[in-house]
Amino acid sequence: MTATTALKDWPLWEVFVRSKQGLEHKHCGSLHASDAQHALQMARDVYTRRQEGVSIWVVPSKAITASAPEDKDAMFEPAADKIYRHPTFYDIPEEVGHM
Amino acid sequence: MAGYQDYLLHLADNALILAQRNAEWCGHGPILEEDLALGNNALDLIGQARMLYQHVATVRKDGKSSEDLLAFFRDVPDFKNYTLLELPHRTAILPTSAGDRDYGVTMARNFLFSALMVQVWGALEKSSDAQLAAIAAKSHKEVQYHLRHAHDWVLRLGDGTEESHRRMQAAFDYLMPFTQEFWTESAMETAAVKTGAGVDVRAFRAEWEATVADTLQAATLKLPSSVGFVTTGKFGVHSEHLGFVLAEMQSLARAHPEAVW
Repeated sequence: MTATTALKDWPLWEVFVRSKQGLEHKHCGSLHASDAQHALQMARDVYTRRQEGVSIWVVPSKAITASAPEDKDAMFEPAADKIYRHPTFYDIPEEVGHM
Repeated sequence: MAGYQDYLLHLADNALILAQRNAEWCGHGPILEEDLALGNNALDLIGQARMLYQHVATVRKDGKSSEDLLAFFRDVPDFKNYTLLELPHRTAILPTSAGDRDYGVTMARNFLFSALMVQVWGALEKSSDAQLAAIAAKSHKEVQYHLRHAHDWVLRLGDGTEESHRRMQAAFDYLMPFTQEFWTESAMETAAVKTGAGVDVRAFRAEWEATVADTLQAATLKLPSSVGFVTTGKFGVHSEHLGFVLAEMQSLARAHPEAVW
């Protein structure tokens, strides 16, 4: 099988890796694979070679519904002038630490 | 004691020669992910070989043995790997350009060898040689993944297209007779078992055969017979292929002895 047929026949998967227990899974890339187990194995070989992870999720890319780039202004622009939503006007006591 | 050292070299040479073969796919893998997977596999095996060579060098206490000396300055008759592991990635004596490499052969071989080594390393975790037991504990985890990787490809290619099925069957038909060598008695293995440090691979034969039979059945492949000439790589009598593997692997170290990064 050539690379091109593989890419054409195999669905795309999004790969999420959790770097440490307690942290969230983070999106780190995508790959083509024939099924979920296959995608998991490939993700292990491609994305965790340098001990990046303790857990992997793979999700079919087609299961993700994404916002359209052209909707960017309507979706996100209205939040730009509402700085009062950032809790930067409060003094946070030292002992609370990072928020 | 030479018997036991030979046993360690046998384990090390198996790992090193298969690593060298698998590394030939580096930059030529059928897809990027498999290119990396084979590279990972080869690096695991090189890691195993290094630990074992270092252990032999320590056991020898001759002040001159080192992993590099053992890997790069021994010749074909000194290597004790199974003949199976030195074969090119193809099913017959054919022209040898890189484009003739068959990934089915690579996967079938990795499957047949890893299915054995999962048992061997598992048992060696209880070796009376504490250093070998530690090496086994690390290697056992690695080879479990190698087996899973190769096993899944055997299923996928065996139960895939007409073409992939045909090539997977041809790979097993070709390679299976070479596995007879696993079960032949050798002085080094007998010596290692006697000391309590080694394990008798023949004890794993039934389980290995069951693993192979189950996997091939699931992959819709016929179980080929393993009869005919029994190869003798572990006794140092190799096929014509090992010389080429060593020439490529050793030439740099021999051209620049004691070179460092």
